Amino acid sequence: MKSTLRVGAGSAWWGDRVEPAALNAEKGDLDYLCFETMAEATISAAQVRARRDPTFPGYDTYLDDRMRAVLPHCLKRGTKIISNQGWINPEGAAQRIVHWLREFGAHGVKVAAVSGSLITDRVLQLTDRILEDGQPTSTLQSQLVSAEVYLGAEPIVDALKQGAHIVVTGRVADPSIFMAPMMFEFGWDALDHMRLGAGNGLGHLMECGAQVTGGYFADPGFKDVPEPWNFGFPIAEVESDGSAVLTKVAGTGGAVNLQTVKEQMLYEVHDPANYLTPDVVVDFTTTQLEQIGLDRVRVTNISGKPRTPTLKVSIGCAEGFIGEDMFFYAGPGALRRAQLAKKILEERFKIVKLDAEEVRIDFLGVNAIHGEMSPKDRPEPYEVAVRVAARTKTREEAIKVGREVDGMAVSGVSMTGKRVPHQDRTREIIGVWSSLVPREKITPSLSFYES
Amino acid sequence: MNVLLQHVAHCRSGDKGNTSNIVVVAYDEALYPYLKEQLTAERFKAFYDGTVKGPVDRYTIDHLWCMNFVCQGALGGGVSRSLCLDNYGKTLSAGILGFELEIPEGMRGRLRGMGADGE
Repeated sequence: MKSTLRVGAGSAWWGDRVEPAALNAEKGDLDYLCFETMAEATISAAQVRARRDPTFPGYDTYLDDRMRAVLPHCLKRGTKIISNQGWINPEGAAQRIVHWLREFGAHGVKVAAVSGSLITDRVLQLTDRILEDGQPTSTLQSQLVSAEVYLGAEPIVDALKQGAHIVVTGRVADPSIFMAPMMFEFGWDALDHMRLGAGNGLGHLMECGAQVTGGYFADPGFKDVPEPWNFGFPIAEVESDGSAVLTKVAGTGGAVNLQTVKEQMLYEVHDPANYLTPDVVVDFTTTQLEQIGLDRVRVTNISGKPRTPTLKVSIGCAEGFIGEDMFFYAGPGALRRAQLAKKILEERFKIVKLDAEEVRIDFLGVNAIHGEMSPKDRPEPYEVAVRVAARTKTREEAIKVGREVDGMAVSGVSMTGKRVPHQDRTREIIGVWSSLVPREKITPSLSFYES
Repeated sequence: MNVLLQHVAHCRSGDKGNTSNIVVVAYDEALYPYLKEQLTAERFKAFYDGTVKGPVDRYTIDHLWCMNFVCQGALGGGVSRSLCLDNYGKTLSAGILGFELEIPEGMRGRLRGMGADGE
């Protein structure tokens, strides 16, 4: 058994930077490099795209960029890779990775694909109620785009046990991607909730990449970090009991300190004593943190409780469209002109009979971001943008938003600034609902490929 | 003395469905009790009035000087349905930096960023 396992992060979302992943692969001395590339609606959006675009392979559109950047280093060091870049086509992603392995002259490297999270065709039979509103999931039938179960670490561990060097998955809970190597290397049992609690807690700290190493953190004069243009992604030096030191490659910007770790520990967490994952219920309230050196935080005592009998299902639904656009004012009186523009648009939407579920006309610089809570006694801004958005059932209605903003160019208010539209001002809404499915109804499957 | 929360604590917000969670962490152990006493779930909800439309629950981890405010109905129906420019609510936590706290004068030396914005 290994004494210390080095697990590094390679991405925190689809659009994340590639260069810190390459740096972790090259200089992180990693046993495992883990990629997280999905958001809540990624699978549904991929399904919609796959229907319209037969050339879309169904996996991370940056798979090539990421693998080209890290594979040479990983092959040299013997670093294994765990990644959820498979999206709706893990097998296709695995075969593509095999292609890159061969390009780099690596032969006999085993790549596993983990499938089985997609349950679109049987979600309405397997689930009962929508978690958000208590309605039967059957009410979603006509809008259903995609449904996927959040798998845990176990199928990844199985793939590693069968000799996989690289494991690429569809939907797996983000922390599980990072914990799977710990379970495999330290031989943790799937029901050992104390160790799995610690491991999943560490996974949660790592899953958002730079958010624990100084990203989404700097605030000048209050929370300064060095070179915030040059972040390193996190590395966990994990012990067999699930304690770890969080750090990053020396010489990178950012920071690993008690503040970055605390902010990330509760990021997207609700009750910190009961953070539900497919593998375990994590309890963060027992956590001990200690700064033991520059950019080194020791994390101990994250604990766990037995896993729940159910797995979470994410259900993506086609719910209509959003139309949006923006135009702007500046100088003395910018806000009063923006207010008249708003009135004009409200009247125009009546004239063109805009059929919308919700319309929002905000002033960027005043209230477009924080909405109603924005202070009423603020000083008048020198510049203000009018931002208008509407949610509609059809694309035809959503298009009216941009068309009416077009009218503001020559038929609007004095000194209106407006850009010629150069992109689609409508987008499709894929609403995401949640439900639960009995654990035993879901059987992940593995397939193996070799370079 | 009255100070803005930004001198006492730092924040981060995260999204899940239509719920935003806003983490508030004291910069200093000695400041945490004032933060915990004064920034109740009720006051937090009142501060975000109109923007957070549902109930607010507060969880605390005292030994880490952390509070987590779980705000339902804060994201316009959820990230993909929201008409808000900041549909993930990434900036939402910044609002609470403007909450006023009363801190004993003797704590002045523990405050962060005093004078950073000419306050």
